Amino acid sequence: MADLILTKSVLDKTKIEIENALIRAGVNTVLLIDEAGNVVTACKHKNCDLDTTSLAALAAANFGVTAQIAKLIGEDDFALLFHKGKKDSIHFARISNDLILVTIFGENVSLGLVRLRVAQLAKTIEKAFAQIN
Amino acid sequence: MALINLSKKEIHCKIVYYGPGRCGKTTNLLYIYNAMNNQARSKMLTIETKGERTLFFDLLPLNLGKINGFNIRIQLYTVPGQIIYKATRKLVLKGVDGLVFVADSLKVRQAKNMESLQDLHHNLLDYNLNTEEIPIILQFNKRDLVNTTIPTLTKEELEIDLNSELNTKVFEAAAIKGIGVFETLKEISKRTIQYVATKHLSINH
Repeated sequence: MADLILTKSVLDKTKIEIENALIRAGVNTVLLIDEAGNVVTACKHKNCDLDTTSLAALAAANFGVTAQIAKLIGEDDFALLFHKGKKDSIHFARISNDLILVTIFGENVSLGLVRLRVAQLAKTIEKAFAQIN
Repeated sequence: MALINLSKKEIHCKIVYYGPGRCGKTTNLLYIYNAMNNQARSKMLTIETKGERTLFFDLLPLNLGKINGFNIRIQLYTVPGQIIYKATRKLVLKGVDGLVFVADSLKVRQAKNMESLQDLHHNLLDYNLNTEEIPIILQFNKRDLVNTTIPTLTKEELEIDLNSELNTKVFEAAAIKGIGVFETLKEISKRTIQYVATKHLSINH
């Protein structure tokens, strides 16, 4: 697992892409994290007060655990995870080998839209990060 | 796996406290958490069983100030020590930049110490890492019990068992009283930052 060095241009570009694809669509919070549980970038609405450090660590752990479950049933890992809450739900998607995109959204946004936008966004982010590593 | 954010000028490192069950890994983090002010620490996250044993990990994010204009952010993790949680320990080790091996000074835990160190070597190997590359230091915990009637290991015995191959710096500690806790943290932080910085930036101290 190589160290991740983030340049300003890649981070700015990634943030704009996330804003356009998900935040503008009504999503509450989007975190791009690495598999070690570090926050690469966080995009959220101004009134959203969230402990992103804890969320990133738990999300990375959650992904690691489900990858082990996947192996038990003969899969390499699960490329996306979804947890449905009463008001808010959370969607995790793997991007390339090292990154995980965490999307938190309310009832006003459909899961289908999130999945579609995340799939498109994943390609853009993967391309941007391929340039720096 | 360190994360270096050139935009925010931040370096994020992950330090893992490893060791057998009930050796005092969480106690180390709790002491650090209670002793540091709110500006330097974030919320401590604990995933434990009902019996207050670590189930997955503890996480304590710290802000250690600036070096060469870079904000140094360190995340301290512990692993569950019990043998059955091997898979969980391996997950927590993912992306580790520095290690503290906490050994139990109780004589009855002698074999568990060695078993846990072996387990660490195996788990690191699975990530193509080894203790020659990754900074590691040893902490001999529960030294406050040495002068009691409870049978304990001498420092020499612990050295032979655990440090013959590692040849690293050792700190004697009584984590519950805070003795040796910050000395350990200071040394591993220094070594970890040095390790990450010399790899990627032109900072040599």
